[in-house]
Amino acid sequence: MSKSIEKDQSAKGPMSGPKGHRMPNNLGLTIKRIASYMKEDKWILLIVAISILLSSLANVIGISFLQVVIDDYLAPLIGNQDSQLMRGFISVIGLISIIYLVGAATTYLFNRLMVGVSTRTLYKIRLDLFTKMEALPIKYYDTHTHGDSMSLYTNDIDTLRQVLSNSVTNFFSSLITVVGVFTMMLIFSWQLTIIVVLMLALMLFSVKTIGGKSATFFIQQQQELGRVNGYIEEMIEGQKVVKVFSRQEKVLEEFEVLNEELRVNATKANIFANILMPIMGNLSYIHYAITAMIGGLFAIMGTLSLGTVIAFLQFTRNFSMPITQISQQLNAVLTALAGAERIFKVIDEQPEFDQGHVTMVPVEVSQSGDLTEVDFRTGEFAWKEVMPDGSISYTQVKGNVVFDNVVFGYEEDKTVLKGISLYAKPGQKIAFVGSTGAGKTTITNLINRFYDVPSGNISIDHIEINKIRKSDLRRALSMVLQDTHLFTGTVMENIRYGRLDATDEEVIAAAKLANADSFIRHLKDGYQTVLKSDGGTLSQGQRQLLAIARAAVAETPVLILDEATSSIDTRTEALIQKGMDRLMEGKTSFIIAHRLSTVRSANAIMVLEHGKIIERGDHDQLIEQRGKYYQLSAGMFELT
Amino acid sequence: MIKKLLSFLGEYKRQTLLAPLMVVGEVVLELMIPFLMARIVDYGIQGEGGISYTIKVGLLMIVMAFFALVFGALSGKYAAEAGMGFAKNIRSGLFKKIQSYSFSNVDKFSTASLVTRLTTDITNTQNSFMMVVRMAVRAPIMLIGATIMAVSINSRLSLIFLISIPILSITLYLIGKNAHPRFLDMLEKYDALNEKVQDFIVNIRVVKAFVREKHEKEKFVANAEQVRDAQLKAEKLVVLNMPIMQLTIYTSIVAIIWFGGNMVIDGTFNIGELSSFIMYIMQVLISLMMISMIFIMLIISRASFSRIIEAIEEEPALNDNNSDPNLDLNDGSIHFNQVDFSYNEDPNNLVLKNINLSIQSGETIGIIGGTGSSKTTLVQLIPRLYDVLNGEIIVGGHNVKDYRLKVLRDQVAMVLQKNVLFTGTIKENLKWGNEHATDEEVIEAAKAAQAHDFISSFPNGYDTELGQGGVNVSGGQKQRLTIARALLKKPKIIILDDSTSAVDTATDAAIRQVFKEKLEDVTTLIIAQRITSVQDADKIIVLDNGEINGFDTHEHLLKTNEIYQEIYQSQSKGVNEDE
Repeated sequence: MSKSIEKDQSAKGPMSGPKGHRMPNNLGLTIKRIASYMKEDKWILLIVAISILLSSLANVIGISFLQVVIDDYLAPLIGNQDSQLMRGFISVIGLISIIYLVGAATTYLFNRLMVGVSTRTLYKIRLDLFTKMEALPIKYYDTHTHGDSMSLYTNDIDTLRQVLSNSVTNFFSSLITVVGVFTMMLIFSWQLTIIVVLMLALMLFSVKTIGGKSATFFIQQQQELGRVNGYIEEMIEGQKVVKVFSRQEKVLEEFEVLNEELRVNATKANIFANILMPIMGNLSYIHYAITAMIGGLFAIMGTLSLGTVIAFLQFTRNFSMPITQISQQLNAVLTALAGAERIFKVIDEQPEFDQGHVTMVPVEVSQSGDLTEVDFRTGEFAWKEVMPDGSISYTQVKGNVVFDNVVFGYEEDKTVLKGISLYAKPGQKIAFVGSTGAGKTTITNLINRFYDVPSGNISIDHIEINKIRKSDLRRALSMVLQDTHLFTGTVMENIRYGRLDATDEEVIAAAKLANADSFIRHLKDGYQTVLKSDGGTLSQGQRQLLAIARAAVAETPVLILDEATSSIDTRTEALIQKGMDRLMEGKTSFIIAHRLSTVRSANAIMVLEHGKIIERGDHDQLIEQRGKYYQLSAGMFELT
Repeated sequence: MIKKLLSFLGEYKRQTLLAPLMVVGEVVLELMIPFLMARIVDYGIQGEGGISYTIKVGLLMIVMAFFALVFGALSGKYAAEAGMGFAKNIRSGLFKKIQSYSFSNVDKFSTASLVTRLTTDITNTQNSFMMVVRMAVRAPIMLIGATIMAVSINSRLSLIFLISIPILSITLYLIGKNAHPRFLDMLEKYDALNEKVQDFIVNIRVVKAFVREKHEKEKFVANAEQVRDAQLKAEKLVVLNMPIMQLTIYTSIVAIIWFGGNMVIDGTFNIGELSSFIMYIMQVLISLMMISMIFIMLIISRASFSRIIEAIEEEPALNDNNSDPNLDLNDGSIHFNQVDFSYNEDPNNLVLKNINLSIQSGETIGIIGGTGSSKTTLVQLIPRLYDVLNGEIIVGGHNVKDYRLKVLRDQVAMVLQKNVLFTGTIKENLKWGNEHATDEEVIEAAKAAQAHDFISSFPNGYDTELGQGGVNVSGGQKQRLTIARALLKKPKIIILDDSTSAVDTATDAAIRQVFKEKLEDVTTLIIAQRITSVQDADKIIVLDNGEINGFDTHEHLLKTNEIYQEIYQSQSKGVNEDE
């Protein structure tokens, strides 16, 4: 469980966690940025600040009253029944009680208020982050792993939560206490304060040496841990292979070596982390002992009063505790700030670029072909463009897609598509064939503007696609993607994702079209079966059938099928062929397939190689040509 | 559960005992310090002790504090050694256990959950362990010790302890008790939120393709609000801890000053003792706070403990305890006699039904059937990766259960459908088949699997490093490497489970040709999607829904078997008709 409720105390070292030693780059800016999320709460924060101050001062002043109590009342009152003094003693006790009451009350106040502020702040940051992540281009997700993106939510926000609700207030109250105690010490006795300064230097030195050693070993431990965990992951993933080859013993041997190395390093790292706390704590006791002895001597010599010495002794205990706390929390705070920096970096990323102004609206088509915009679903759509002169033009959405000399690369110096030109007339079926990396998926990713084209032109119904608002363009297309992913939720919800207002009947009809209905009915709760973790309980083939149903229910003019049936066996594929034909009827369809039987009936087949179309034509023409396609179909080379 | 975990202490028992022992030493010394301070004040300063006594006791205090430091540091050291050693032993015990799992055990847990148990859960356990051997010992001893000291100094005044300790413990307990379910609720909401985000990130292309950003955000906002509210609800309770703690300490201090002060005035108590009293009560109450925190930590880690124990106590579904250690395979013949199989041993949920097969040594058998027809299940029974529910499987003349697993699996090489290559060079990977293989043997196997040419085309040849999972070779190349790896075993039976699906038909044919020529004594089973991959086998098994629908030659099946005909037609369309 990564989300431990309490701050960890001494169990972890000062530099814990794999990300622990990443320091924030720009402290001030990040803090300011976090603070900006708390703007609405600035008055509350003011009360928090005042409360922290009062709470810490109450603690310090309370102790300093010990001196008053001892020197002014207890010592003179011994064996001396003075009612005047006695009344003074009572009123001092009363005063201390009031101060302490204020202290406890303000402690509650700032803690309680801060919880509210921190939960609200985290909510805002989370929302900002998610909103931005939705707006990021696909390119962002190409260059960042899912794990990295998830870690923003699971690690970075979580650390920030712990720090905001615990460490920040503690940090400030400790700081104020230290300053307050030190001031009081100076006032009480500058001679004894010299010892304080010397001890402080010794403590800081210990933190630096031991903490530094510990940090070095922690980095090593982290590396060893990475190695061990990597090995574990690999061998558990490959566990069945290990068993088939009876390699258990050999694997165990290798594991033992790594495990022992980890133990050695982890022990070193944790020894240093573990001894820091007792050393700090007991240095404080040594300090206490020295103060008691020297203070005692001063008291005997009459340089200091007894009350001063006793109050000073209390101060020494109250001095080291906050220092230890600060040194503990400093790391938590820095780690959290580094995490916040990562979050803000994502929030500052450039969102998807969209200057499109053409929208897609539902229309009614009259018999003469006139288009009238309506506000209900008719099944027909038009591109609506407001001209510079204010007039509005409507173009019926038909799915006429044209690529004109399109050049594209995911990275600037690596072109994937080298001048692609093609057209798809409304209702046509266009297929792409070629090896992995030839650029098939890339072409389809350009149609829906997952990526923008630097050179060349893509249009739909004679409108350049970058003039169309992205969301409307995508609403005109439905895709079945190469890797089928499903959402946590029922089967019904997953199919309905294609069109949120689809009725249950429409969803079931789409499932039937995709030949998914029969297997869905065999699931435990039929259409209401809840799918978890990306539909883990379904086979890849079944997931593909659901994805096809999802695209079917969307009823869009253009359909893109990227290896949509690759995991479905040939016999089942033949069974769903009819449904697929009906699905593609009247729609412009782009089909990518490995298996040639899938693309056979296309109006045009494009054979791609290294980003270029090397052959085009229908199946018969291509076989006639005796080119690459012919070789492929005869199984003369492999598609990888 | 705890007992089971503790059995992993092993050779680190000594450190595990020493760490708390040192803590005891440290605590005892720490407890003496306020007492000595009181002596200095009351006898040294105010009494007749004077300078020499103050110095003497002062030095004693310093020495004690120094020894406390040494004890404390030692306890830290022993705790680290014990904790890391303990973690190592659990890690290796669990890893060893998983190595003894059979396929069905691995299926049951899923690889991801096994990895979590071996990593995160063990780290959690290790941290809790270190905390327990130090903190969980320190806090109660400090609590008891400080109370004893206080009572011995002034038993009447220590009645204050009698009031403040129960009040604080009960309040802390009540807060903890009420906060616990709220925190669990918060964590649950947290998990739900993270799951939502995970879903979103994995599906980003779907979200964008269907323009569902608004829809996703609505779902996210609902989740985020729940997290916010649950967090507020949980934490607003816990923030009571600190002020209540302060209130108790402050009240106790005021009470001590008042009552103790009056005793001082009466001459029955000393000022130094009074101030040591304040220190003792603070130590007591802080210890209480610590105990409550330890409990929360332990409750949180309990889930990790039980996940580890669960995996360790899992019994391997099959073993070779009753096998004959001297038995070896005579030949590569395979017989299935009325075999039923179910993954969950449920006779109503059979995956294979009444399978009868007789395969002679050296035969080549193709297996074909749709997705879900249990082709893979069928062949996995031969190297006894799973045990049958009913019936028996005879391999090389004996029931598979009579062989030692290693003997059986060395002779039955299997190329899995979901195959894996490991980090290391190509040669190292191939040598999984036979550790002692010479370079010549490795090359020979690679040539047979049609892998030699592409391996040689790499700049480092057989010493090319493969990334984890063999990421830097293509699908077809990976399959050929795994075939070569299996061939190196020189088995009597070889099973290819859809192992050439990404290999082009020409290479596929070449591999089959080699198998025919060089491995004529080896029984070969080939599962394939493509008819062309199996059509020249001696016989072909047509599986349908866990039952044998046909077992005959290509020619016969084409004439008599309906399913075979359908598969044939679905594949020959458009490809062969022009030739």
